[in-house]
Amino acid sequence: MTKIVNLSRRDVLTGSLAAGGLVLGLYVGFRKLPVAEAATAEAATFEPNVYLTIDGTGLVTIVAHRSEMGTGIKTGLPMVLADELEADWTRVKIVQAHGDPKYGDQNTDGSRSMRQFYQPMREAGAAARQMLETAAAHVWGVNAEECRARDHTIVHVPTGRQLPFGDAARAAATLEIPSTDHMELGFKPANERRYVGKPIPIVDLHDIVQGKAIYGIDVVLPGMKHASIERCPVYGGKAVSFDATETLKVPGVEQVVEIPATPIPSGFYPLGGIAVIASNTWSAQQGRQKLKITWDFGPNASHDSNTYRTQLEATAQQPGQVVRREGDVDAALASAKQRMTADYFVPHYAHAPMEVPNAVANVTAERCDIWAPTQFPQASRTTAAEVLGLPIEQVTVNVTLLGGGFGRKSKPDYVAEAALLSRQVHAPVKVTWTREDEIQHDYYHAICAQHLEAGLEADGRVSGWLHRTVFPPIEATFQPDVTYGSAGELQQGVTDMPYAIASVRCENGPAANHVRIGWYRSVYNVPHAFAVCSFADELAHAARMDPVEYLRQLLGEPRKLDFDAMHVDYPNYGASLDMYPVDTGRLRGVLDLVVSNSDWGRPLPARQGRGVAVHRSFLTYVAAIVHVVVGDDGQVAIPRVDIALDCGLIVNPDRVRAQFEGAVIMGISNTLYSNITIKQGRIEQTNFSDYLVARTDITPDTRVYFVESSAPPGGVGEPGVPPIAPAICNAVFAATGKRIRALPIDPAQLKSA
Amino acid sequence: MTTIRINGIDRKVDGDPQMPLLWAIRDILGLTGTKFGCGIGACGACTVHMDDQAVRSCITPLSAAEGHEIVTIEGLSPDGTHPVQRAWQTSNVPQCGYCQPGQIMQAAALLKETPKPNDQQIVDAMSGNICRCGTYQRIRAAIKSVAEST
Repeated sequence: MTKIVNLSRRDVLTGSLAAGGLVLGLYVGFRKLPVAEAATAEAATFEPNVYLTIDGTGLVTIVAHRSEMGTGIKTGLPMVLADELEADWTRVKIVQAHGDPKYGDQNTDGSRSMRQFYQPMREAGAAARQMLETAAAHVWGVNAEECRARDHTIVHVPTGRQLPFGDAARAAATLEIPSTDHMELGFKPANERRYVGKPIPIVDLHDIVQGKAIYGIDVVLPGMKHASIERCPVYGGKAVSFDATETLKVPGVEQVVEIPATPIPSGFYPLGGIAVIASNTWSAQQGRQKLKITWDFGPNASHDSNTYRTQLEATAQQPGQVVRREGDVDAALASAKQRMTADYFVPHYAHAPMEVPNAVANVTAERCDIWAPTQFPQASRTTAAEVLGLPIEQVTVNVTLLGGGFGRKSKPDYVAEAALLSRQVHAPVKVTWTREDEIQHDYYHAICAQHLEAGLEADGRVSGWLHRTVFPPIEATFQPDVTYGSAGELQQGVTDMPYAIASVRCENGPAANHVRIGWYRSVYNVPHAFAVCSFADELAHAARMDPVEYLRQLLGEPRKLDFDAMHVDYPNYGASLDMYPVDTGRLRGVLDLVVSNSDWGRPLPARQGRGVAVHRSFLTYVAAIVHVVVGDDGQVAIPRVDIALDCGLIVNPDRVRAQFEGAVIMGISNTLYSNITIKQGRIEQTNFSDYLVARTDITPDTRVYFVESSAPPGGVGEPGVPPIAPAICNAVFAATGKRIRALPIDPAQLKSA
Repeated sequence: MTTIRINGIDRKVDGDPQMPLLWAIRDILGLTGTKFGCGIGACGACTVHMDDQAVRSCITPLSAAEGHEIVTIEGLSPDGTHPVQRAWQTSNVPQCGYCQPGQIMQAAALLKETPKPNDQQIVDAMSGNICRCGTYQRIRAAIKSVAEST
């Protein structure tokens, strides 16, 4: 088959294609085929850009370059392209991209796949559609403007003649067509959209329910060995010596190999450890239990999360670096009718995706082929190339489905482990973490202590707001001696506090780091929304006002936050503030929407209550109302959650709904169950027996409401989580009068007297 | 050598009789639809049927499976048309999908024994199966839809 690929790589497209200011992996170019090649063009494939090929049969193949971990993005982005192309969805095949910068950014985190690639996918589809129209016009000898793509066919509008996509693609592949650099792209009007805005099922649905979907852990190569790795229980420790005599007696065990420890901070590199290589996973795990290892536990051997918490809480009582400043907070607090203070705490969490970290690598003399469930294919590739000392061109990362990610699989340490082991044992190797490995050697969600103060006036107005946050920053996982949060971390619910208050000061205190810290779904929005939205509720009760009415008052007149006036470095999740301002009117909008759909204000029996919270994160506005029932034993039940969101344009409403249903469950896990604690540098939790997550028994009746919007798409995967914890705790206060300021909730605090 | 009857076929398994059925199914028999989640019977991802009962294959030794009828997700139906598999698709249950074979096997066992479960019976049967994506609401709706249509 002759493939008409883009023979001259062009610079990133200019003009209309670059209008969004996005870095595009898209490039479009054509050449006229030499006669000899044109003769074989019957089977030619039309490949107008890196995301799309159309073959002579009309089969449209779209490349999904972002990782599928449950958001539906593997379906969602191709829907956008297919829609603009006027392709018939039943004749679209979707293939997952390798890790390759030609696709643009592939790091599937930050709830930014649709935000960053909605427009490039539209452009890819629209450009290809116009090329097919031009090709058909050439075949018919008519003006291209008289040709229109309709449902996998090009129609000559004046005569009704039709040319199927496959024929048009063959023609396009053999013709010289002006490149889209000079093409004025026309987009379909919204009312002609075929897929965008429709609840299209995910493409892997049928495979998933049959157990045929392939995750990283399901990849099998001929001659593949299985590895299980014993890592030092303390971050920063390393093996001094080991005795594998008993291990090697276990049937199925073939050899024992050391992976050298990476000096801390270890970043994306392996922690190191002793790897048992066996013919099957079970033998590797059994052999591992018989290893005798002498560890040097390193500098974190005395780390204790309780002591550490006390230190963070003390730091939060001290002035920190000022990261937002308006008015005179000290004067406002000093003169206020009532000075309110509260301290909040959120612990470390582990990601606990149902599929543990795992990867398969096959390293030969020439190259390294990897199969991995990774959120970050390009970093998996560069990290493997670095640890092996191979040129990057010799490393291929095949991206499988991910059995959950939540940020864990953005870090490719487990991919590098497989690569190193495969090279050492001269065979394909699959590394499979145990659940204990996953819980005890994670990149943890940052522990966080916060101190808030507010000046409350007689009319309930807030005259001053002081917010201090203290947490180990993620950068400390990559660079030594980083103790202060970045602007990107502080934007997550601190510097963008949306309430209309004249005097505001936000501060960040230092925290040294003793474990790997990493992105965890919604990241620093989790603790910050918990504190800010809880404190708003405390102020409402102190002012003796209905919490919803009070929030409306706090949000004030709709306005766009002016970060210059606030002396704030606000990265806005990497998006432009012109396109994606922080608009308090949209927060008010989701609040009003959720209130009007909920039973807010309707009386409840004793020990029941409702709580409310509003929060913007990842460019999306969310409001939640949670109804709780607190048992006499202090156990919290959650019969219902109402959640409203404004994420701008919605591509797949069913998947957006699903993400928010899931976010509610993850928010419940964070609030009621999950807790990572550390003693002597060792994580105390081991598995789902003591690292608890929400199960079906706690599942509320979750109702999701959308604000209809044609605004540019915002994030979907993460924004649902942050308001859940404060809404639950505010509801608990309404039910019991007990204020929860530390997560997870301790039921002993809530027992009836 | 252990012989187990799996998805209607007798298969010989050359492995430690103490090896959990999960790893025999996955690594030796090559049926990867049954998933590893925790290894201690705490999450349900590895759920298979043994004589129509849902069991956690990660804590069931290979030796205990001998002489019993084992069914994995691959054997639930030839083509994904078991009523539970259909309901899962109609309700668009899966997000990442990883835990869903275990959820489906658990639900199928529940509905076989209790064709019309009430809400509490559904919660009791399904509480051993973790879904970290949080698809529980749709799982419950899908189970109810099967119960109502039979």
